[in-house]
Amino acid sequence: MSGKFQNPTQDPLLLRIFLSLVAIGFVALFLVLPLLIVFKEALADGLGKAFAAIIEPDALSAVKLSLLAAGIAVPLNTVFGISAAWAVAKHDFSGKTILVTLIDLPFSVSPVVSGLIYVLVFGLQGWFGSYLLDHDIHILFALPGIVLATIFVTFPFVARELIPLMVDQGRDEEEAAISLGASGFSTFCRVTLPNIKWGLLYAVLLCNARALGEFGAVSVVSGHIRGQTNTMPLHVELLYNNYDYVGAFAVAALLALLALLTLVFKTILEWRYADELAAMHRH
Amino acid sequence: MSAFGLALTPMKLRQRRVLPGFGLSLGFTVFYLTVIVLIPLMALVIRPFALGFGGFWTEISTPRVLASLRLSFGMAALAAVIDSFFGLIIAWVLVRYRFAGKGLLDALIDLPFALPTAVAGIALSTLYAPNGWIGAILIAHGIRIAYTPWGVLVAMTFIGLPFTVRTLQPVMSEQSQDVEEVAATLGATRLQTIFRVVVPMLLPTLLTGTAMAFARGAGEYGSIIFLAGNLPMVSEIAPLLIITKLEEYDYAGAAAIGVVMLAAAFVMLLALNALQAWAARRR
Repeated sequence: MSGKFQNPTQDPLLLRIFLSLVAIGFVALFLVLPLLIVFKEALADGLGKAFAAIIEPDALSAVKLSLLAAGIAVPLNTVFGISAAWAVAKHDFSGKTILVTLIDLPFSVSPVVSGLIYVLVFGLQGWFGSYLLDHDIHILFALPGIVLATIFVTFPFVARELIPLMVDQGRDEEEAAISLGASGFSTFCRVTLPNIKWGLLYAVLLCNARALGEFGAVSVVSGHIRGQTNTMPLHVELLYNNYDYVGAFAVAALLALLALLTLVFKTILEWRYADELAAMHRH
Repeated sequence: MSAFGLALTPMKLRQRRVLPGFGLSLGFTVFYLTVIVLIPLMALVIRPFALGFGGFWTEISTPRVLASLRLSFGMAALAAVIDSFFGLIIAWVLVRYRFAGKGLLDALIDLPFALPTAVAGIALSTLYAPNGWIGAILIAHGIRIAYTPWGVLVAMTFIGLPFTVRTLQPVMSEQSQDVEEVAATLGATRLQTIFRVVVPMLLPTLLTGTAMAFARGAGEYGSIIFLAGNLPMVSEIAPLLIITKLEEYDYAGAAAIGVVMLAAAFVMLLALNALQAWAARRR
């Protein structure tokens, strides 16, 4: 070191190598290996067997149910997120902090508890249990329960991305549009929406990934009826517990591909549109 | 009450509401929040107290329930400490160093967010089983992970890692490097600078990430149940016991555990808010 200039904010080379190896090693061991094993096990009996496990009727109906539940839950939470962000970011009112904390609450609740609460409301011994039974309305162990649980676990995604983004962007542009005579609706569509579109896409992407992959909450309310109320992750569990490892890992590989695709899009959005995402995602 | 009114009046006089849609957006936000989140959570909180506090306590104080709560929270704490240690190193490497493949390493960190927990669960179970890639090596050294409480730890560490890394990263990259130069000028070695200047400055953020990883781990279900063996009193986590009790139609027992987990989540949320206020003051 003597005589040579050493940047005081840079770690010595040996430390750099050591810490990099620790970081890469930990990620490889804990994150990459599980991902690899999914594809390895799925292809254990060849691509044909894996493909057959995915296009088998029960698996297909699980795919359909997952897409349907996400297809209902994600748009509803998107409308909610936009509405919450519009109220919180563009207006002043007391109790705002409490409202934002309550919106975040579902993220802190265990997935199993997220399912349990709907059982306590709609289950046989629940609040509306006997009423629903009398009127032959099925919420638990049917699509509505699965959708509700999915909505709950993905509840904050859009709101918590849009609120900080829209607070950052301020109100000047919207106020200018309104004072120039634009209607509220066209102000939203032509001023606000273009400003938040990448942040919104980012949030919807993550919301959708979680909606398709949710396991704990849906597991409580689904009833596990094969080919009827099993979503993709529940179908994975069923196959795995029946020792059909190739089938379980084939469907799991499909979910893992979706997860990887989500990560790719997310990374692209973070690189390309960093300035148009909430500050916490800017690298 | 009057102080409250006084505080609100001047603000109202100064700025009239310019942007439209306040009533509609706030109304829908509060309605959706109440129907989806607050009322069902209320159903959970009320349920175990149907038999009074004594009834709640009888449900909670059985050895099996206490053992499951101890396992979930104890292992979550341990996993959060592991995640914060390695998260600190990974975030440091990602923010401070440059090397080929850094972008890939960065993108991979979010894998536990994107990968459905059931997929992670069967992957970890296959890896750590006595004949799995990692399990076989460990068993040769007399260490058994799968179907023991240590399986719970492995899954919680997997699921919690992104929380510590992603909390630290933005704060680290914003942190000014002047203080490190000052420390170096004053004769500190690089390691002294890191451990006595850099890490203490990051402490509130590090604790925030640790608390988030802990909260997530304590409530985790999907990635654990395939790996843990689920033996009552030994490797049975609290969320699984909730499901077991629901399957026995013991709603009150399930709800009692749910209330404890919800209360813990709430305490963590308050602690996180306090930590963030501390971090903001320190910056």
